[in-house]
Amino acid sequence: MVDLKEITQTLLELDEPKMLQLINKALESGTPADEILNDGLIAGMDIVGQKMENGDMFIPEVLMAAQAMSKGVEVIKHLLADDASSSKGTVVIGTVQGDLHDIGKNLVAMMMESAGLTVHNVGVDVSPDKFIELIKETNANILCLSALLTTTMPMMKQTIDALSESGLRAQVKVMVGGAPVTQEFANVIGADAFAPDAGSAAKRAKELVH
Amino acid sequence: MFQVIGERINTSRKKVQAAVVARDVKYIQEDVRSQQEAGAHFIDVNGGARIGHEQEDMQWLLETIAPVVTVPICLDSPDPTILEMAYTLVKEQPMVNSISLEKERFEVMMPFLKGKKCKIVALCMDDSGMPGSSTDILNRAEQLVTALVGIGMKLDDIYLDPLIQPISTDSGKGTMVLDAVRQIKKQFPEVHITGGLSNISYGLPERKIINRTFVTLMMAAGMDSAIIDPLDEKIMATIKTADMLNGKDIFCMNYLKGVRTGVIKS
Repeated sequence: MVDLKEITQTLLELDEPKMLQLINKALESGTPADEILNDGLIAGMDIVGQKMENGDMFIPEVLMAAQAMSKGVEVIKHLLADDASSSKGTVVIGTVQGDLHDIGKNLVAMMMESAGLTVHNVGVDVSPDKFIELIKETNANILCLSALLTTTMPMMKQTIDALSESGLRAQVKVMVGGAPVTQEFANVIGADAFAPDAGSAAKRAKELVH
Repeated sequence: MFQVIGERINTSRKKVQAAVVARDVKYIQEDVRSQQEAGAHFIDVNGGARIGHEQEDMQWLLETIAPVVTVPICLDSPDPTILEMAYTLVKEQPMVNSISLEKERFEVMMPFLKGKKCKIVALCMDDSGMPGSSTDILNRAEQLVTALVGIGMKLDDIYLDPLIQPISTDSGKGTMVLDAVRQIKKQFPEVHITGGLSNISYGLPERKIINRTFVTLMMAAGMDSAIIDPLDEKIMATIKTADMLNGKDIFCMNYLKGVRTGVIKS
């Protein structure tokens, strides 16, 4: 038997070859794929997120971990039940209209995906109407809005207001983030949550839907 | 000589915002004085962080700074109506920050700039987002220079910002912008290259050593201006030293002066 903690450990050490070996060994010894995913890989990425939040791991390391994670998922994908990962929540994430920044938002999307959420990263310069259309299309229960400019922050409020008018507000938790965004601002515009970095964003998202 | 645009008067900085809210004239004037003493060639003024208050904050900042400022002001706003108001409040020919190829900004900034005497920061940004390659940056630079020269601006008044991006997300982002700067300077030797230097180190620890090292590489490639904190003594010393090594300091006078006044230390 392979101890799934070892898989978590190799992921944290960014040792992709060894991690893949352990995954294959675990599969051979009969460990179910969804256990490898949840208790090995996702558990590892939760720690990565925590370490990022604490300033113990940095963006390039987080990117390497996420890459290793997705290689691991590729190995077990065909063995996973279709609904194995959809239960943790579905996210629509994008940068609000008028804003073209995407680096931070893409990191958040990646961390959420690694945390086991289903993520629809819908890009930059997304209008309120487009967000609403995409929420309907994907049946999302979390909406993540990013803004990097003080001039586009008001568009977050407009998006939330449009969501209320569309009647969808009750079914969707709204999370906001981006360099100039604060918890105070999130409260003022009626968002459900704020996260200061990609690591805590994934954690907050999971808390919101549980 | 390398031109430093002092970035400190920006309401997104907590202390500045508090001073603006409290209408603390002394704090703002002292800050401007210290930036000038440290060698700033321009004082950037950005009053945009308090949503809905940009007009009054910008006006108050410019009126507060006016009695003490001895270098040109860099008017920093994405909003041409703010810039139009601000332009009437400065005595000396200002720098305007900024124009880009984003349709909404470009179309309002071009008529604003036409016929005005000012320097302009031109961002290599368009509606498709951040540039993805050095060719991308060069193409956008060409479009901006062509358009600005077309309305009568001098090459020497154009400060292109190639948009420095974080190396933490892609290890090719340093060479991408370095290559672009070399190509832009080859094509338009008289045009200046500026930008927000600290973006390069986003997401990494010990950012200042990255910023200082990168500025010397960028200066070798042709960058001759940056938007930085002039009170950061180490980066100012690095810039002065690199300027000398780049052949921009005749008889090493500025370097020696820096050493004698204690600004440059090994």
